[in-house]
Parts: sequence; C-alpha cells; structure tokens
Amino acid sequence: MVAGTGTAFEVAASVRDPELPVLTLADLGVLRDVTEEDGRVSVTITPTYSGCPALDEMGADLRRSLLRAGFTSVDVRLSLSPAWTTDWITEDGRRKLREAGIAPPSRLGPRPAGPVPLNLTPPSRRVACPRCGSHRTSEVSRFGSTACKALRRCADCAEPFEHVKEI
Amino acid sequence: MSFDNAYESLIDHEDTHWAFGTGFSEALAGVDRDVPDVDRADLAAYCLMLGDDALVLSQRLAEWCSRAPELEEDVALANIALDLLGQARLLLTRAGEVEGAGRDEDALAYLRDERDFRNVHLAEIECGPFAGGDFATTMARLLVFSSWKVAQFSRLRTSADPVLAAVAAKGLKELAYHRDHAAQWVVRLGDGTEESHRRMRAGLERVWPFLDELFATHPVESRLPGVAVTSAELRSEVDDVLDAVLSAAGLPRPADVPAARVNGLAGRDGVHTEAFGYLLAEMQHLHRSLPGAKW
Repeated sequence: MVAGTGTAFEVAASVRDPELPVLTLADLGVLRDVTEEDGRVSVTITPTYSGCPALDEMGADLRRSLLRAGFTSVDVRLSLSPAWTTDWITEDGRRKLREAGIAPPSRLGPRPAGPVPLNLTPPSRRVACPRCGSHRTSEVSRFGSTACKALRRCADCAEPFEHVKEI
Repeated sequence: MSFDNAYESLIDHEDTHWAFGTGFSEALAGVDRDVPDVDRADLAAYCLMLGDDALVLSQRLAEWCSRAPELEEDVALANIALDLLGQARLLLTRAGEVEGAGRDEDALAYLRDERDFRNVHLAEIECGPFAGGDFATTMARLLVFSSWKVAQFSRLRTSADPVLAAVAAKGLKELAYHRDHAAQWVVRLGDGTEESHRRMRAGLERVWPFLDELFATHPVESRLPGVAVTSAELRSEVDDVLDAVLSAAGLPRPADVPAARVNGLAGRDGVHTEAFGYLLAEMQHLHRSLPGAKW
C-alpha cells in the first residue's frame, strides 16, 4: 500500500463502466483480478462483448485512477476465459441499473455444453418495467444504444426503456 | 453523483473522457498465448481463415449503416458488425503472433492484397444494400453464415489452442444471437406478404450456391487435429438449423448447385469473387493513403 485513498482493489473496483456509468467495473463483473506489489499494480479485466469499444476506456480509466491513488505503475491485462456472461453482474449492480431506469438481465445459470438451441420467436422472457414494475412490456429492438442492451416499451406507463440483454 | 441520468458521468467528468475508445490497444494483451505443439504456419493460416471470415462480413454489414429499412435495424446490423470486428481483431492478432513475422492486426487487415485473404466467398459477396441484393438477401446470408459459425465455434471451444478456445467460447454467444436475429427475420419475411416472401426466397437462392464451400474441409484443417474443426463435420448440424428455419418460414430449400470454382480453388485458397476487390479498396484505402491514421 502506498499513500493513497484505498487498496488497489478498492480503487480498481470503484472505476465506472464508460457505457453504463451507474455501474462500477466490480458491479459489472468484468474485474477478474487485482494484485499489487511495491506500488506496482496488475489488473485483469474481461470484455463483455468481443468488439466492446469501451474496453480501452476501461483500461485507461483503471490506469488513471490507480496512478492518481498513488500507485507507481499499472499493468492492465485482458482475460478472455472464462467468458463473461450477464450472470456476472452483481446483485448490487442489478439494483443500480433498475434505479437508473435500465432493466437488468435475468439470471440464466450454467449453459448446457451441447449445440446452442435455435430461437425462432422473439424472447418471451418477462422483463419488468424499471419505472412502474409492470410486466406488460415488449421488445422494440433487439439491439440498443450499445451492443449489450435491447430496447423495450412498457404497455402500462407507456415509457420506453433499455434492457441489458442476457448473454 | 445522482443517477437521474444514466449518462451523467460522461459529461461532468474532470478528465477527457468519452465512451468510445480512440486509440485501440493491442487486442490480445495479457491473454494466455501458449502455442500448441503444431505446425505454426498451419495454425497461423487457420487463424487467418477464421479472422478473415469475420472481418470481411463485418465490413459488408457496415455498408448498411444509415441505409437499413428501419432505424432499429440500422443499429442491429452495426452491432452485429461490431461483434464480428471484435472477433476478427482477436483472430488476426493471433494469426500474426503465431506467424511470427511481426504483422499485427492492422497489417493483416489493411496491407494484404486480395490473393492473400482466406475468407469464404459467402462473407464477401454483395447481398445489399447495393447491387447484388436487398435486406432479405442480407438476412439470408447472415442466417447461413451465423448458423455455420455457431456450429464451428461450439466445437472450437475445446480447441487445443487456448486463444482459439477462448475466442470461440466468447464469440459463440454473440453468433447465436446473430443467428436468432436473422432467423426471426427470415421467418417474418418468408411468412409475410407475397412480396416479402418473393424477395426472401430470391435472397436464399442468391446465397445458396455459396454453402458448398462452407463444408469443404481444407488441408490446413486436416493437419491440425485437436486444434481446428474440419468443415465437413458441420454440415448436418447446419442443415438441421436451416431446415427448421425454412420450414417455419414456409420457404422451400433452394437446390444445392455449388458456385463454380476456379481450377477447383475458392476463398480459402485466396481466389475471390469480382466484388471482393472493391470491398478491399474501400476498407483499405484510408490506411494505405495515411498509414497509421487514427481518429
């Protein structure tokens, strides 16, 4: 530990996601490992999607925050395995998403190892409206403002909202 | 900070801070990069094949930007293209690293000529928005391509190459989502109006001749047991998926009449269709004119 505001883990865990800034990297579940020795920090993160453009920003933000907290060098590493799924988003993260008007993903649990089943109908999964709680919502678009979100609409409060889709 | 607006922190941040990276870092920094005990040239060639498939289809899908039939679909196609670009970056980086000649993802994407690309023809043919197709044709291509890739990547999850296995495990979930998206459109258009049915059917007939190449096992695949997937073993799984979609859409399966090859060669051998040169010219022009250009 160096003169600073917290342990390397605490600093890294509090860095916010550039595209879902209500979440920290720890809430999002992309922070895999933080080690520190003599002020030198190594952070391992995992991408949400292969082409997630926020990944470089996460790395830059981690570097900036840790250097500002007094650590002398920061090495940000990328781990592809095990692959991130939305199940890695913490309970705290899900609550924060809901409070920000974004419906959190359902938990899917362990995936079967065999062939991936074809899904021929739009998902009928019940997604609660983050504003009024109604379950009468429907998907407007399978892809939203970022790769990780779909667009939905609530039939009761008539508001559109974003949904972090399950992968 | 209050959370009235989920994007608030983007604008009141004290640093220069933007949601979209300006300087992409090296795609595989920090990933386990052990190279399995196989011929390095073969492994590099195999990674190049897979990387080129993703890169070239990503470029084709990006052509729809601002031209899709509805705004939501514009965003959808751009997102799918972005997923494929992410997969391409990892695979090309791996190809360059295993090759060991100092080529990175940019050198491989921007500085190779047509004969050095190893993607299948299905990824490169014009399927819209310009001549050569329309939205239905684009969905026909995406359905076939992603059904094939889902079958391939699900097997690659157990590849002896740790990078291929990791890229496949990650990419599989994305590809399955692309496949579902395309399949739902094929059903919607096939089972829609007379006009949408006619165009969906024409789209399938346009892409069907390029199926054969997807299931032709390449010598490089045969020389990499445990690392690569042989293409011939994918056929029955892909056929089952396509038949299920076509049946739900009320569309007949087009006849299997493979596209002609040149002296038996096709995309995996670096022999491409006429449209490919134009695609490369557009994709590579900026980097070749202004090497290292960034924005």
